[in-house]
Amino acid sequence: MRLIIKGGHVIDPGNMDAVVDITIADGIITDIANSADDFRQKDCHDIRIIDASDCFVVPGLIDMHVHLRDPGHEYKESIETGIRAAAAGGFTAVCCMPNTHPVNDNRQVTEYIIKTAAQFHSVKVYPVASISRGLKGHDLSEYGELKEAGAFAVSDDGLPVSDSQLMRRSLEYAKGVGVKVISHCEDPDLSAGSMNEGLMSTRMGLAGIPNAAESIMVMRDIALCELTGMPVHIAHVSTKESVHAIRDAKLRGVPVTAETAPHYFTLTDEAVRKYNTNAKMNPPLRSTDDRNAIREGLADGTIDVIATDHAPHSVLEKEVEFDKAANGIIGLETALSLGLKLIEEGDITFETLIRKMSINPSKIIGIPRAVIVGAPADLTIINPTRSYIYDVEKGFSKSKNSPFNGWEFKGMAVYTIVNGRVVFESK
Amino acid sequence: MTWNRKDILDIESLSVEEIKSVLDTADGLKEISERSIKKVPTLRGKTVILFFHEPSTRTRVSFDIAAKRLSADSISISASTSSLVKGETLIDTARNLESMNPDVIVMRHSSAGTPYLLSQKIPTPIINAGDGMHAHPTQALLDMMTVREHKKELNGLRIAIVGDITHSRVARSNIVGFRKMGAEVRLAGPPTMIPAGIESLGADVVYDFEEAIDGVDVIMMLRIQKERQRNFLFPSEREYAKRYGLSMARLKKAKPDALIMHPGPLNRGVEITPEVADHINSVILNQVTNGVALRMALLYLLAGGLRNAADH
Repeated sequence: MRLIIKGGHVIDPGNMDAVVDITIADGIITDIANSADDFRQKDCHDIRIIDASDCFVVPGLIDMHVHLRDPGHEYKESIETGIRAAAAGGFTAVCCMPNTHPVNDNRQVTEYIIKTAAQFHSVKVYPVASISRGLKGHDLSEYGELKEAGAFAVSDDGLPVSDSQLMRRSLEYAKGVGVKVISHCEDPDLSAGSMNEGLMSTRMGLAGIPNAAESIMVMRDIALCELTGMPVHIAHVSTKESVHAIRDAKLRGVPVTAETAPHYFTLTDEAVRKYNTNAKMNPPLRSTDDRNAIREGLADGTIDVIATDHAPHSVLEKEVEFDKAANGIIGLETALSLGLKLIEEGDITFETLIRKMSINPSKIIGIPRAVIVGAPADLTIINPTRSYIYDVEKGFSKSKNSPFNGWEFKGMAVYTIVNGRVVFESK
Repeated sequence: MTWNRKDILDIESLSVEEIKSVLDTADGLKEISERSIKKVPTLRGKTVILFFHEPSTRTRVSFDIAAKRLSADSISISASTSSLVKGETLIDTARNLESMNPDVIVMRHSSAGTPYLLSQKIPTPIINAGDGMHAHPTQALLDMMTVREHKKELNGLRIAIVGDITHSRVARSNIVGFRKMGAEVRLAGPPTMIPAGIESLGADVVYDFEEAIDGVDVIMMLRIQKERQRNFLFPSEREYAKRYGLSMARLKKAKPDALIMHPGPLNRGVEITPEVADHINSVILNQVTNGVALRMALLYLLAGGLRNAADH
């Protein structure tokens, strides 16, 4: 099976920026040329040509922070539906967090996720195992065995590692095993609230979560990173102070990387108005100042990655009292459009966006990716001008908890290609 | 004016005219409670459900009496007697109540925003009787009624609200209400009890108690909840009473005819000394009396249909 992508504007930051044709055979990029041979006459059954004129062709997008809810909470999402949502959002790979049921702190769960995902020959799934056994924050999970089973990183995402000694040991031990550590930064004593602390929480009478609940832990993890010399990746950065701390640390040469989510550079706590539980997440949506700082952090390289923190929840968890509602929103199917909106608003360039959504996550998780001959054909084709109205009911995720329902977007993934296979194409 | 509003969820959504209309109606209905036969047939055949998901004595009894004095049938449901303890969701409970065709649902809940959630799901008029730390509109209305009764006019008055502003839905609703009616509002309390951005509601914040009550027309003291001590909000009741308790000595800073108010229940000796609570200028019990009339007015306006309130 051959695939030819014709006439697309290939943007592979640092490698290529040109209108070329890409030929793919058996899942591998076999040719990149100004004009590909037209194979149609020779072998018309075994070839597919995609017209990518007016589109960008980029190295496949990677979402390094999703919750697939499988095993255990399949009524919210399954590996199958999560993969379909990812493909529809232009992602060729996702990294799934370990807060499943049972927790991914053992070989069986890691292998289950990898095997299940592989059945669909679609989006690649890279499991993240837990830092602590059972996410309980007491003992280390067995990183050695988890790595053998296929986990590339560890995180207690959803919960902070409160015990600084445990965090230190995790970084040190992970260094020996060769897994990444991803930190959910939150001081649980400071974060006993259900939205951002500020004007809105005061008006709405909801207990607030101050910025310091996050930045204190970011600063701690930077200190531990300096102590151990082991890189740490900070998940879902939401505050100005965290951006400042990470920027300063990077200037000192500390091996820290960071991600933010589209909702943090798009929305503020105003979105919670009328007790909208689809705008409730942890960390919470912050102030305009914070949102602007996140955008600056993306532009100047302080924040390396855009990841969705795709967190499916059903109406059972969301159509309830605000303070009792579960944290999190789905994001796989809106991330790229929200990123493109950021370009439209002049905050970042297209190239920067592709770095944040593909190149940088690939480096952090250690999966090389490039649009070069001989590389696996994981590609996303983006039509930057096609407009649409996002209808969450028509989405692929099992859950519908999005604050972006009904938003008008310009630009979307039109083809998602994994190992040379078209795993999504928009109608 | 004609009453068109379906729910009473907060003070913010009410216009000045609506507030005046409620207060005027309440003034008119107050006399019913002073008769020997304290009952009028106005809401005969109407059903009022008192859905209290959080413990309450004063507010619930006040609504119950208000409904009965208007001849409405009132039914009380509390968290411990409802299916909520059996795992039913709030919305399901509300839909079940709705299916029995009530005319008004009065609800109290420990989670902020729940009256909004219900008002979006069911068509029955809802009166918020307190939701978390968010709003307590009927308390604010009865407070405004009480102040207006004594001072004739709310516009231009100076009101001090003192205590745990952060955790007080009464404070929030009163700030919004009194500001709306043209009064000046000052807030005082330890900084641990003053929430971020409260000035945006139009109130001035002063941490010094005596400065806050200097020359004011009304002093509203808030209840200190003892369990808050565990959250490091204040070191002890003793120190709180010393720094933020309203004593006879402090009272002198206010205008001589300043009204002393408290939404209850009182912690005598903590936020207010017994002498001040029983002072001649204390209207704490008038607040309770007016509460019944005010709630009668709201039930009448919401369940009585579209009649002109002033015609009563």
